[in-house]
Amino acid sequence: MLTDDTDRRILRHLQADPAQPMAALARRAGVTEATASRRLERLRQRGILKGQEAVIDWRKLGWEVEVSLRITLDKTNPHAFDEFTAAARLVPEVLEIQSFLGRVDMRLRIVARDMAHYQGIYRSRILTLPHIADIEALMHIAEIKRGEALPL
Amino acid sequence: MITLDDTDRMILRALARDATLSAGALGRQLGLSQPATWRRIKRLTEAGALAGRRLVLDQAALGFGVTVFLGVTLATKGRVSLEDFERAVTAIPEVQTVQHVLGLYDYRLRVVARDLPDFERVLRRRIMTLPGVGQVDANVLLSEDRRPGPL
Repeated sequence: MLTDDTDRRILRHLQADPAQPMAALARRAGVTEATASRRLERLRQRGILKGQEAVIDWRKLGWEVEVSLRITLDKTNPHAFDEFTAAARLVPEVLEIQSFLGRVDMRLRIVARDMAHYQGIYRSRILTLPHIADIEALMHIAEIKRGEALPL
Repeated sequence: MITLDDTDRMILRALARDATLSAGALGRQLGLSQPATWRRIKRLTEAGALAGRRLVLDQAALGFGVTVFLGVTLATKGRVSLEDFERAVTAIPEVQTVQHVLGLYDYRLRVVARDLPDFERVLRRRIMTLPGVGQVDANVLLSEDRRPGPL
């Protein structure tokens, strides 16, 4: 096993509050501060803890519309995945690009300032992406659970 | 809504890459003083634009080999309240995110599991038994690319 119970306990408590000081983290995880620091350093060195990123609330910045576009590609072209992905990366409003095994092939998470802006992006930047066979849109109404925590 | 200048945008971009940067280190990158940088971070945090931090972890190394996106349609709208479904679904540890959506489904879930048999267990025992759940559509994640967004 790559990690033991102590590593997981430290990561679980760090995940719940990534900004907390080392002393608080060590107390919650039931280890000394030196142990917590050493364990985190080892997890970083082995690439298991890759870092921390700030979560940006796009709605607070005036990007009111968020949409998941689920896309089926024309798989008769062997380069469809690569060319679609490369082109989607050039659209600034695209926040996430995922590929799947299942009913849909790709998902794009995109943000827009309002519905008119979304309509503009959809027509000029999304429908023009290569190899699209079909698109379904899911409009986000509310985030019920966020953070993508792992059940450590 | 908060208005941003170019310096604010650079701060958001830098912290989205590495949230552990101190105001001093970030200020040195941008040619700003530590107090000026700190004031801008404080303003962005108070406005809610900076909404916390997320650990970036190697899921596979921690034993989570499978991520699945589920589209859930409720079967009995009206009879089972949305609140009952939402309360029950957010309590499942393997469910990482829940979004209420408009379109082909009612909810979109991101679920993590050790492997496909473990995912099947979560699906049968925890997802299919949720109050009001109807049809469930699953897509297994192959690859993911997170972009910086329009900053």
